Amino acid sequence: MNQAADLPLWAALPVAALVLLGAGLALVGSIGLLKLRSFYDRIHAPTLGTTLGIGCVLLASMLFFSVLQTRFVLHEILITAFMVVTTPVTLMLLARAALYRDRQEGSAEVPPVPPAAPPVKE
Amino acid sequence: MSAAIIGSAVLIAQIMLVAAMGCATYRILRGPRAQDRVLALDTMYVNAAILLVVFGIRSGSIYYFEAALLITLLGFVATAAASKFLMRGEVIE
Amino acid sequence: MRRWLPYPLVALSLLVLWLLLTGSTSPGAFLLGGVLAVAGSGALAALTMPAAHLRRLATIPALLLDILVEIVRSNNAVARIILSPGGTSTRRSGFVRISLDMRSPHGLAALACILTATPGTVWVEYDSSDGTMLLHVLDLIDDEAWVRIVKDRWERRLMDIFE
Repeated sequence: MNQAADLPLWAALPVAALVLLGAGLALVGSIGLLKLRSFYDRIHAPTLGTTLGIGCVLLASMLFFSVLQTRFVLHEILITAFMVVTTPVTLMLLARAALYRDRQEGSAEVPPVPPAAPPVKE
Repeated sequence: MSAAIIGSAVLIAQIMLVAAMGCATYRILRGPRAQDRVLALDTMYVNAAILLVVFGIRSGSIYYFEAALLITLLGFVATAAASKFLMRGEVIE
Repeated sequence: MRRWLPYPLVALSLLVLWLLLTGSTSPGAFLLGGVLAVAGSGALAALTMPAAHLRRLATIPALLLDILVEIVRSNNAVARIILSPGGTSTRRSGFVRISLDMRSPHGLAALACILTATPGTVWVEYDSSDGTMLLHVLDLIDDEAWVRIVKDRWERRLMDIFE
């Protein structure tokens, strides 16, 4: 907190706004995890935090350190890149696992295996 | 002035993120099914990564960034492994 | 050239990743990053991954911008759905089966990432025998509209790039 006093006001306001927006989106996503009814609805909720939520906070962090150190700090791009690559993969794996389990149990909520298709692998 | 703005924004953000982690914890404990718990755990990892970046802004140190990066990677590996287990575990049963 | 750098794009991104991670552009960092990039892309070649041939690179920035706009727009839409007090009863969510014309594995991977990263839609499964995919949509008003969105907005442009 000692360094924040050196930050000019024009940078402090966007940093504060972006931090609040990002944290707010993460909170809304987690509330969605509580509130939505079925699993397939809930799987949409965390994407709020993983896309724009963490994006806003990382942008705020980049702005904060770039202005303070008077040079570009681009570390945060790495986290953004990892997030962009990894989140869809985990969500797809999880959705497929859930679909497979529901089909095993014969749940009526999910569409059946298409008739022409070979049996599900593994 | 700037210190007060950043300080209060960071404090509010931390409270919101802890509340978000609380929601995810509730979902982990309640379930009802295994995939719900895995999804909530993944959300928890993301919230923890955001919280660490916010900590970094608060303390003005760039070392929290490394921790956030590690949490992101660990979260990916953990969720991928858990989803794979959900698919394979039932076959063996 | 081909033997040492089988995947130039992967090698370049590994080098950039290393430079960002160390936070320096000294000759030592370049050297170590270069060694890492060559070794990493060589290890990938051992896995015999099919190489992607990208075409029409000029359309990629516009596509990325569109993805960003779409993510912001649907973040807003999903946040509204979650925060609306009693709206969950009137909203209908469900699965849509869409038959795709794209067969390139890289293009399909890109489409899957775009659709899943956008809040409100999740790519659930792909059936390579008849080329159909299953999409779960949070706010499903009209099945046909989603088929059109996926095919017109994303699939055709990705086919231009990857096929």
